[in-house]
Amino acid sequence: MADSIYPRLIGARLRSQMSYRASFALDLVTQVLAQWIELVVILVLFGHVSALGGFTKDEVLLMYAFAGIAFGIADLFAGQLDNLPTYIRTGTFDVLLMRPLGTLPQIMVSDVRLRRVGRIIGAIAVMVYALAHVGIGWTPAKVALTIATPLAGAVIFGAIWVVTCSVCFWIVEGREFANAFTYGSNAFTSYPVNVYSAPLRWVMAFIVPGAFVAYYPSLALLGKQDPLGLPGWVGWTSPLVAALAAVVAGFVWRFAVRHYRGTGS
Amino acid sequence: MLAGMTANVVFGLLRAAVLVAALQAANGEIAEYGIAATNTYVWIGQGLLGFILLWGTNELAERVRSGDVVVDLYRPWHLQSALLAQDLGRGGYAFLTRLAPPMVFGMLLFPFQFPASPVQWPLFLVSAVIALVISFACRFLIDVSAFWLLDNRGLYGFWNVTSGLLCGLTVPVAFFPEWARDVLWMTPFPALMQAPIDVFLGHGDPVRTLLYQVFWAVALLAAGHLVLQRAVRRVVVQGG
Repeated sequence: MADSIYPRLIGARLRSQMSYRASFALDLVTQVLAQWIELVVILVLFGHVSALGGFTKDEVLLMYAFAGIAFGIADLFAGQLDNLPTYIRTGTFDVLLMRPLGTLPQIMVSDVRLRRVGRIIGAIAVMVYALAHVGIGWTPAKVALTIATPLAGAVIFGAIWVVTCSVCFWIVEGREFANAFTYGSNAFTSYPVNVYSAPLRWVMAFIVPGAFVAYYPSLALLGKQDPLGLPGWVGWTSPLVAALAAVVAGFVWRFAVRHYRGTGS
Repeated sequence: MLAGMTANVVFGLLRAAVLVAALQAANGEIAEYGIAATNTYVWIGQGLLGFILLWGTNELAERVRSGDVVVDLYRPWHLQSALLAQDLGRGGYAFLTRLAPPMVFGMLLFPFQFPASPVQWPLFLVSAVIALVISFACRFLIDVSAFWLLDNRGLYGFWNVTSGLLCGLTVPVAFFPEWARDVLWMTPFPALMQAPIDVFLGHGDPVRTLLYQVFWAVALLAAGHLVLQRAVRRVVVQGG
């Protein structure tokens, strides 16, 4: 029973969005543009410089594209968590608790906004361009890494979403705090992490494992040395980091839900 | 509010880091922006964002869609002026809570380029207030488009996505290639963000910048007034 209910819920959400075609098309285009805004910024900056933190334009574009795809996928499934404060404040969260399904998956499928696919499309286009231009010595392992990177990144972003949104169980208006880390991580991971100052890097690259979304996998693909001094195999550990992040996020969520007391009658 | 400030500061730090990295790669200066000017640019931008309310709420458009706007139009006031007054009042509060904190934060913790002459302070304030008026006028136009579109969320989303880049929030307008710069300064976008920052940093002639802003404030408010007049003719009040 529970096996087939989520595909059905997702299917219903998707069908309802496709029914307003013109509106959906415009939304999709807007999302592609949203993804390309940062692309324009990168191109504008590279109009003045030839390297950023020791990386060429195409190398930065590769990181930006990986981050963009990963964020797009995470946004598709975890972006709904931004509504959590509303659920908590209005007491709707009680309804989720009463249903015989997990609370987190219920929120995740509550509103799968298909237009966010636009972000993914926009980022994939850039990734294809970047991969064709950076000159990678392809091996089967590197092909696997290229495919695994955006997926692992999506899990990492999803975990960040879950953990930071769990704050909303204590601070109800915590959405903007969560956004600093969710949307902030997207901005952060789009550039080589060595351009950031040390304190910011520690928080956003290693405590929040943003460096494993795009930076380290890109280094491994490009066969470049890490200016920060970590060994080369670190670039292959993103799926592991993602699995760890997901486990941590699961525990944090369970702890937070157990803390939830409802808003009264 | 503290949560909002965290987000504001984190994004400020991220933007400053990338821009400064670019400056370092370009021997310390790009288009009149040194390290101090760039940090100043970022923190004023983070402050102005909430002060001019670049990304508004689309509330009026929702009222148009639901029909509640009839109550607003029924009142003995000029709707646009009333909402502008409301927005200026919001701006007064936002000056203390949204504009001042990031600027002070930047001044205390980062290399900061203070105005060369004291007269730039009041000029900056004037410029920021005009920017708020222009921001209001743009948001108002997007809102009243709902009289025709009914669902203006597409247009509203489009504005939210593109305005940050076009007004000079994400990257200084001066960094753009020359043709893009010329095109942008012919639009009202830099008047929202880049103009007050230019006045503060002493880039360009402040009088010219202010005149440019005043032109767009008047033009966009007038456009909003005319559009509202036409829109009201389309309103059909039902029920009794």
